[in-house]
Amino acid sequence: MTTPAVLALEDGTVFRGISVGARGNTTGEVVFNTAMTGYQEILTDPSYCRQIVTLTYPHVGNTGTTPEDLESSAIFAAGLVIRDLPVLHSNWRATESLGDFLIRSKVVAIAEIDTRMLTRRLRERGAQAGCIMTGENIDEADAIRAARKFPGLKGMDLAKVVSTRRNYQWNDGMIWRTDPRPPRPQNRLHVVAYDFGIKRNILRLLAEHGCRVTVVPAQTPSDQVLEMNPDGIFLSNGPGDPEPCDYAIRAIREYLQTDIPIFGICLGHQLLGLACGAKTLKMKFGHHGANHPVQELESGRVFISSQNHGFAVDESSLPGELRATHRSLFDGSLQGIAHTERPAFSFQGHPEASPGPHDMRPLFEHFIHLMINRLQSNSKARSSSKSQIAGT
Amino acid sequence: MPKRTDIDSILIIGAGPIVIGQACEFDYSGAQACKALKQEGFRVILVNSNPATIMTDPEMADSVYIEPVNWRTIARIIEKERPAALLPTMGGQTALNTALDLAREGVLERFGVEMIGATKRSIDMAEDRELFRRAMTEIGLATPRARIAHSMEEALAVQAEIGYPTVIRPSFTLGGSGGGIAYNREEFETIVARGLDASPTNEVLLEESVLGWKEYEMEVVRDRNDNCIIVCSIENLDPMGVHTGDSITVAPAQTLTDKESQRLRDASIAVLRKIGVDTGGSNVQFAVNPDDGRVVVIEMNPRVSRSSALASKATGFPIAKIAAKLAVGYTLDELRNEITGGATPASFEPAIDYVVTKIPRFTFEKFPGSNTRLTTQMKSVGEAMAIGRTFQESVQKALRSLETGFDGFDEQLRQPLSEEAATQLAYELRWPGPTRLLYVADALRAGWSRAQVFEATGIDPWFLAQIEDLLREEGRLREEGFESLGAVRLRALKRKGFSDARIGALVDRDAAAVRGRRRKLGIHPVYKRVDTCAAEFATSTAYLYSTYEEECEADPTDRRKIVILGGGPNRIGQGIEFDYCCVHAALALREDGFETIMVNCNPETVSTDYDTSDRLYFEPLTFEDVMEIIEKEKPEGVIVQYGGQTPLKLSRAIAAAGGPIIGTTPDSIDVAEDRERFQKLVAQLKLKQPANATARNEEQAVQMAREVGFPLVVRPSYVLGGRAMEIVFNEDDLRQYITDAVKVSNSSPVLIDRFLDLAVEVDVDAIADGENVLIGGIMEHIEQAGVHSGDSSCSLPPNGLSAEVQEELRAQTRKLAKALNVVGLMNIQFAIQGGVIYILEVNPRASRTVPFVSKATGVPLAKIAARVMTGRSLLAQGHTEERIPAYYSVKESVFPFVKFPDADPILGPEMKSTGEVMGTGHSFGEAYAKAQAASGVVLPTRGLCFISVRDRDKPAAVELARMLIDRGFEIAATGGTAQVLLDSGIMCRRVNKVREGRPHVVDMIKNDEIALIVNTTEGKQAVRESRSIRREAVARRVTYYTTVAAGRATCDALDHLGDIAVNRLQDLHKELLA
Repeated sequence: MTTPAVLALEDGTVFRGISVGARGNTTGEVVFNTAMTGYQEILTDPSYCRQIVTLTYPHVGNTGTTPEDLESSAIFAAGLVIRDLPVLHSNWRATESLGDFLIRSKVVAIAEIDTRMLTRRLRERGAQAGCIMTGENIDEADAIRAARKFPGLKGMDLAKVVSTRRNYQWNDGMIWRTDPRPPRPQNRLHVVAYDFGIKRNILRLLAEHGCRVTVVPAQTPSDQVLEMNPDGIFLSNGPGDPEPCDYAIRAIREYLQTDIPIFGICLGHQLLGLACGAKTLKMKFGHHGANHPVQELESGRVFISSQNHGFAVDESSLPGELRATHRSLFDGSLQGIAHTERPAFSFQGHPEASPGPHDMRPLFEHFIHLMINRLQSNSKARSSSKSQIAGT
Repeated sequence: MPKRTDIDSILIIGAGPIVIGQACEFDYSGAQACKALKQEGFRVILVNSNPATIMTDPEMADSVYIEPVNWRTIARIIEKERPAALLPTMGGQTALNTALDLAREGVLERFGVEMIGATKRSIDMAEDRELFRRAMTEIGLATPRARIAHSMEEALAVQAEIGYPTVIRPSFTLGGSGGGIAYNREEFETIVARGLDASPTNEVLLEESVLGWKEYEMEVVRDRNDNCIIVCSIENLDPMGVHTGDSITVAPAQTLTDKESQRLRDASIAVLRKIGVDTGGSNVQFAVNPDDGRVVVIEMNPRVSRSSALASKATGFPIAKIAAKLAVGYTLDELRNEITGGATPASFEPAIDYVVTKIPRFTFEKFPGSNTRLTTQMKSVGEAMAIGRTFQESVQKALRSLETGFDGFDEQLRQPLSEEAATQLAYELRWPGPTRLLYVADALRAGWSRAQVFEATGIDPWFLAQIEDLLREEGRLREEGFESLGAVRLRALKRKGFSDARIGALVDRDAAAVRGRRRKLGIHPVYKRVDTCAAEFATSTAYLYSTYEEECEADPTDRRKIVILGGGPNRIGQGIEFDYCCVHAALALREDGFETIMVNCNPETVSTDYDTSDRLYFEPLTFEDVMEIIEKEKPEGVIVQYGGQTPLKLSRAIAAAGGPIIGTTPDSIDVAEDRERFQKLVAQLKLKQPANATARNEEQAVQMAREVGFPLVVRPSYVLGGRAMEIVFNEDDLRQYITDAVKVSNSSPVLIDRFLDLAVEVDVDAIADGENVLIGGIMEHIEQAGVHSGDSSCSLPPNGLSAEVQEELRAQTRKLAKALNVVGLMNIQFAIQGGVIYILEVNPRASRTVPFVSKATGVPLAKIAARVMTGRSLLAQGHTEERIPAYYSVKESVFPFVKFPDADPILGPEMKSTGEVMGTGHSFGEAYAKAQAASGVVLPTRGLCFISVRDRDKPAAVELARMLIDRGFEIAATGGTAQVLLDSGIMCRRVNKVREGRPHVVDMIKNDEIALIVNTTEGKQAVRESRSIRREAVARRVTYYTTVAAGRATCDALDHLGDIAVNRLQDLHKELLA
């Protein structure tokens, strides 16, 4: 019948429940996410690497899973903690239940625990290391020890762990369009996207906006990228601490010497900040949800955003050439920055949503505009220099 | 953008009386709006004809007008008050339509009043089906294929294009009133005719059927800066085809992936932008094809709605309050989310970590003969909401919250099914009625597969599997029995939401046995908080629900505290009046320094606003659920007198379990409700009761009836709202009643009372503290005895009682209050026949008339009585003198007959009204005229009046006919009545009764030849025969009265139509103190 499971936290708290995924043990940083939909997107978001994610909504698995909703090729979360895995999933697109998907992906998951109590604990004490163990005779002390052994994410470079090993092209758009306007013709703009743990919806949106995307590994040096002659450079989301990613920071500094537009999301945002001389810090329990209000400072408008980060750029450390563009209305933390001299900007939350609201999608438009502007001014410059030559 | 400073005063229009489709959720939203705007320093002017609302309390607005909600009356109020702005989005469809009228009639322009929160253009676009469709097409959203028709011919042409089944929706009506689904031409023509008539613009929308598609609602809030948030998504368990007000709904949506949810979110926001809802809350409804996810927009409401009240309660996000503030210029980011103590802004989307289930409550038993199948026209009269950590817990809590006798998924049919039962089951699944969900369980028990049930009902398999799982547990429990209930097993069952009573029923034990076992094993619920944020932020707000989990967040304080038990779901006979009382108790005791703790499960109410009390437990009002709270909180007192019969029923059990009930003791309540004990008391006090007897079988009843003498009032014991009460005039009727009544009330005895015909009925509300008795008010009924007091209109002060009689009523009230040791509120119903005063009943609890009396006299009875219950005497409070106004206040009842075209709209001892209105004036006629106008009755001023009365009313009919002729009416009458009139020298036209051949009276009504009808009947036969007259009168909207007294009052009113003033409630109350 059901297999017991426990979740042990480094503070010694033990939750007893049942196993609803693969059998085995797992450790990671335990975080909670308050999004009420999108568990498949969350599990397959590479940013959750080494994190055990608790979903606060009690029923998880209602709509099963479908290959269409994958954000990467696999589940990256280290484990899943939920209140209830429903007896049946139901949705016209579903191809597999969440339970089967977890087992097939060899991911450990625990259900039937008081996830609200766990969430309150994490809120009060901050993100904690934890361990899920499944099986009949679990040694709870062992589970606590395992949790305590988890080194934490501070200083951990995970981007290069989850990144693609080789370059690839991406051309697929959205699974269904929600924008009533006709799609842009593709292949006009060439974007090189750094994969620090990139979510597919970013790629889908870039394609949707008319970009031809080349995805490159996290440690790709700048000269290789510049050789590709990109119209824009994209810095993806990803797991772990941005600080150790010196290779990326170095490359970004190179790009900032050029006039190529740069757009960063999440870890990419933190890396842009670091490259410009700002500092990053580890947050108490981070932002993980799909209901976070973010204010655009220039217009005062509020957007509901999807969030998933445990590190943040410290606004007080921003150098002169970076200005704050967005702030969280939950805690006032920095959510967006733009370079004052270069066409470079970034956002801490997830404008690609998936899961979450689409309010921040206009940032993709902005990236496109920067690339088009550059092309236009370059071609103007070329033609004016040509005409100068012709005139002499 | 901060608050606007260019406006200083705002007029808010309320929703008027409670009707089906527009209930106390608009008191909740209106009260929130009043509070919010007053807090912002605006001068708030409020109009609402419904005295039972919190919003019409004199403290709620600077100027309160309890006046008819129609444009002419409001134009006068505008002229007098000169508000700078009008907020029309808080009072449902009524307020919106009235605002449109005011705009159309040029009133707003003439007085320079700006409409805020919605514009005429946006209301039109949202409400006009064709404009709405076009708008949706422009933003790329699909709507069901549909066309507008203005006539039957047009309608038939459109129908030919879209085929059957066809959905018919009349424009601009409440709760889809007059609409329906037609499967054939006959039905089509009937519904279209009804719909064209019901629509104020004589138009209906004929729509492609999306029956069986999944139905979703999104609650959206938008500010002037174009910031949009979705407060809540709601999934209807009942798919398209059942009005959302009649559907079981679940929040948040359960069976949408994130991609699909976001698609609906994007569409909802696009709809608001297109319709032009610049500030405020709206609701957008979608249908989703379960096979391919195709989405169509069904409709949107550019205002707060029943769903937004539900969404507010479901999430803790106060939509109406926020919407009111947005309407005066704030933006979402400038407002704080109060539930987190302001730690977060209002510009976010609530994340919830529980499941909310709402189940509507129906009252078909009040309308025999009505069609009980659920369609696109709303029929429910109330709803219960429950919160659980899982759907299973939530739905089982909701089922027992309904108080319709279910403890969970109670069996409706005995298994194995007989052939007849199997047929019934198939019918109940395919043609949804009020308890379809329970039949779904029966079908699964009977071996129907999930696929079969899905095919018949369209209910998503996700929900079916959840129910199936519960039934598996039930089956196992039945097999394993009571002894198997160890700690682990019992806890597992409680976690799935099984009540003690349901577990008991499955193992042949009573709830007490299960409760005993549960307590012995130390299994108790914990309480979690509703915090809008799934625990991401700390909350200081104690908005709680029970569940079986590890950690309890109740954190009871050690303050002095009082628990107030609410009234549960609205039903006919127990509605907003009781919620009003509960709210007042909470407000008064909070002022006195008590911590107030509210327990209720009705999401429409002010009492379940989390800031009405210090702590709110959103819980079923069953002994199990209430007792757990009492044990957790350990209050100093529990108030059971204020929520109607619901908490009263629990009082003895609570007292027995050690709950500290305050006020009148459960034993005193029992004396008043127990026939024999009460009879003794009346005899002791040397007061009079109508002759009466108690019978336990048919022969006994007949025997006793002969002794008491016909006519009789018969009823089962312990009822509220006159359920199953009837007047019988002969033995045959009595025998028939006994057979039916014994069936409905499970062999409880039948009570027989002599019916005091042609008697005047009087209600007295009073408060006693053990020493003194404060008379709240004496209300003289306008209809004679025999019409349920909740259905009759009444006048305060009395219009026709001598000072001596009134003094005697006071004296008897005092006597009874003392003898019953009443501490708190009491209500006595008297009947006066031939100068003799009889006591009909005594209710030592809050009554339906408390808010009316409080509004009429300015004395806050419910507050005073609550304080009395906590030990503050009347003397100490300075309330010992009855306040008798020099002006008149008339209460009139409002009926839902339009929604039940097959039921007889006759008044009798069984209560049928859903709501009430109040009219005030310096003469009875003026007050009555206003009450009539407020209840939607149009008083004709000339034309033909049809009179047909029973024999004993004939003398009175002569007098009435004279009065009518004096006022310019002509008279028509049927045989007997005509003869009497002619004999008395009154000119009248004789017309045929229906059975006398054509043309008959119904033909004349259909031909609009009749302006006014006065029709009284007695005896089953006569009632049956005259039924088509009343039915047609309702259908054709001809003003009709079923008592002569009401006809007389109408004549009085006609004399005052010319000199009607609008009265500011605060000014009226000032008169009293002068």
